[in-house]
Amino acid sequence: MDRPTRMAHWKRVLLAHGGGGQLTDDLVGGVVLPRLGNSALNELLDSGIATAGDEQLALTIDSYVVQPLEFPGGDIGKLAVCGTINDLAVCGAAPLGLAMSLILQEGLERSVLERLMDSAAATAKEAGVAVITGDTKVVGHGQGDGVYITTAGLGRLRSGLRLHPDQVRPGDAILINGPIADHGLAVMLAREMPQVTSVLKSDVAPLNKMIQGLLDRVAGIRFMRDATRGGLAGVAADLASRTGLHVVLDEAQILVRPGTRHAAEMLGLDPLDVANEGKVVIVVEKEKAPLALETLREYIHGVDSRLVGWIEDRPDGICELRTTIGGRRVLQKPYGEQLPRIC
Amino acid sequence: MTRRSVEVREFLMRLEWAAAKLERDVAFMEVCGTHTVNAFRCGLHSLMPPNVTLLSGPGCPVCVTAQGDVDQMIHLAGRPGVTLCTYGDMLRVTGSHSSLELERTRGADIRVIYSAMDAVKLAADEPRREVVLAAVGFETTAPATAIAVLEAHRRGLKNFSALVTHKLVLPAMRALLDGVPVKLDGFLCPGHVSVIIGAEVYRPIVEKYGKPCVIVGFEDLQLAAGLCRLVELALDGTPRLENLYPQAVSPRGNARALEVLERVFEPVEARWRGLAAIPASGLGLRAKWSQYDAARKFGLEAVDAPEPPGCRCGEVITGQCTPHDCTLFGTACTPVRPIGPCMVSSEGTCQAWFKYKRARTAKHEYVKT
Repeated sequence: MDRPTRMAHWKRVLLAHGGGGQLTDDLVGGVVLPRLGNSALNELLDSGIATAGDEQLALTIDSYVVQPLEFPGGDIGKLAVCGTINDLAVCGAAPLGLAMSLILQEGLERSVLERLMDSAAATAKEAGVAVITGDTKVVGHGQGDGVYITTAGLGRLRSGLRLHPDQVRPGDAILINGPIADHGLAVMLAREMPQVTSVLKSDVAPLNKMIQGLLDRVAGIRFMRDATRGGLAGVAADLASRTGLHVVLDEAQILVRPGTRHAAEMLGLDPLDVANEGKVVIVVEKEKAPLALETLREYIHGVDSRLVGWIEDRPDGICELRTTIGGRRVLQKPYGEQLPRIC
Repeated sequence: MTRRSVEVREFLMRLEWAAAKLERDVAFMEVCGTHTVNAFRCGLHSLMPPNVTLLSGPGCPVCVTAQGDVDQMIHLAGRPGVTLCTYGDMLRVTGSHSSLELERTRGADIRVIYSAMDAVKLAADEPRREVVLAAVGFETTAPATAIAVLEAHRRGLKNFSALVTHKLVLPAMRALLDGVPVKLDGFLCPGHVSVIIGAEVYRPIVEKYGKPCVIVGFEDLQLAAGLCRLVELALDGTPRLENLYPQAVSPRGNARALEVLERVFEPVEARWRGLAAIPASGLGLRAKWSQYDAARKFGLEAVDAPEPPGCRCGEVITGQCTPHDCTLFGTACTPVRPIGPCMVSSEGTCQAWFKYKRARTAKHEYVKT
């Protein structure tokens, strides 16, 4: 009998495979890597690294399928630029140019497309990056969801800088540049409860200037990752498992806006698991943490930067949350699609 | 330290003091999935004295749904022309042969909804589809189903129906005390459900069974206060009913919600995972609204389907065993490939244990420094 739960391998892709959690790992690790894997891809970092003569180049690509196309605080055009720029920036690369591919569904209103492209252009300008090539395709009704955008980015790595989990040491501090979970909840509310008016806004923002400023001023940055799908919990748990060290997050230091917390409670979601689009998790040498925070706070996307955790010298590969009431619990990577609860 | 966390610590100190004076083991049960999850989320278990245990009861709507009822939903979703509307956490529960999530990959029209009214709107928008609401949950979601039925009636919708498996909290608590070999010293009573049914309904549990009942909300402060009071009441030896959530829970409950429940539903025997069939423990549509009863409309027979082999969810949600006692827990059954519903639901005890405690290798261990 075809018992879904007992299947050693799934036979069809589930929506949850796209959730950025453990099921996504299963999809990538079980199907993609065994066939396409190589030393660069197997690293599964935000960008792949290629060498051209003396220079190291970072290459990244991401597809954007968000609904609704326009949401409080942003839209798919802005998202498609920010997501790719941020993937380059967290690897320590300065963006050289973007490639953008549009898949448009027949019937899409011209005015909507114009707004999305205006937004993408304004964001690229803010980040100081240009879209230097692209492609467009149109698909029939029912084959797409309005607009899908795929954006690739090419960047130049700083020489002599290696941002990688293998650089992380016990005692290092973990920073994040502001309150979490705004993007995921703003989009979820806009999609599922359009009748609800809320104060929530996506945090989608290009972080490259802030990150470059940080790298210019602060030595001792070990590793960075943008806390997108899977949220802060996903990044922290992944850091623990990749370094094999004990990662501690201090809940009392993690900012969540009241409206965001309320929405998360209503939907039964944990803000730690929810996606951000303008947040970077930074692991930095302990002594350099104050300077790093001071630097981040000089930028508009970093004014609320906080030290939210640290790395301990215990080789258990576990991420632990110290709760506000002094309790402890394990923090794991979310599993897949986030399902709002019944009551 | 915030003012609230100071207050929490005060309760925890009182709890520790009372527990030390007790000089015996005590076990309390929370009967609400949100309490289960939030107790883990705030790390309450890691702060409890060793002689105090908080067990999870039948309070997670997904977890208490009988296998046969899950099968009916999956069966209905597979019928041509049917659109099944479900709350999100039902999606991955496995029936005897499939799950709604799997049926969706095979082309079944299954929509995740956030409110029962979404299903009514869908039925109005798509008159050629048979829209079925999978009406799961306790007294918290039942009023929404009742209002949806009334609204469908008002709009004259012929293509809307509900597969009703709503359950009532109190009969389950009584069934637990009457028939399940588990020693309990009191209940942490649910917040949301009590908003609807009121505080006084727990009086018989206190008076007839001699078990203290403390009603609390969902924040760490409320949970700590509730647990503290339960231990203190155990120390006093006087069972009492206490409402620590009076800002939301009144003695008699929400009259409007109770009135709409009374109008649309009548108590019926319901099948529970882990507790079998309990008389008058569920809600069924009154004869007047039977045209909206999906089971009747589609000629579905109530079936008793066996639970997955080896799965002990039924015992977990009645406090008879912990997830670690189940051989499937953390090995064959994980949130990525769940076997029992307690691993599927975000409010399920097994998922909470798996997520917030270490896997079975470190039995009963919390993160320790």
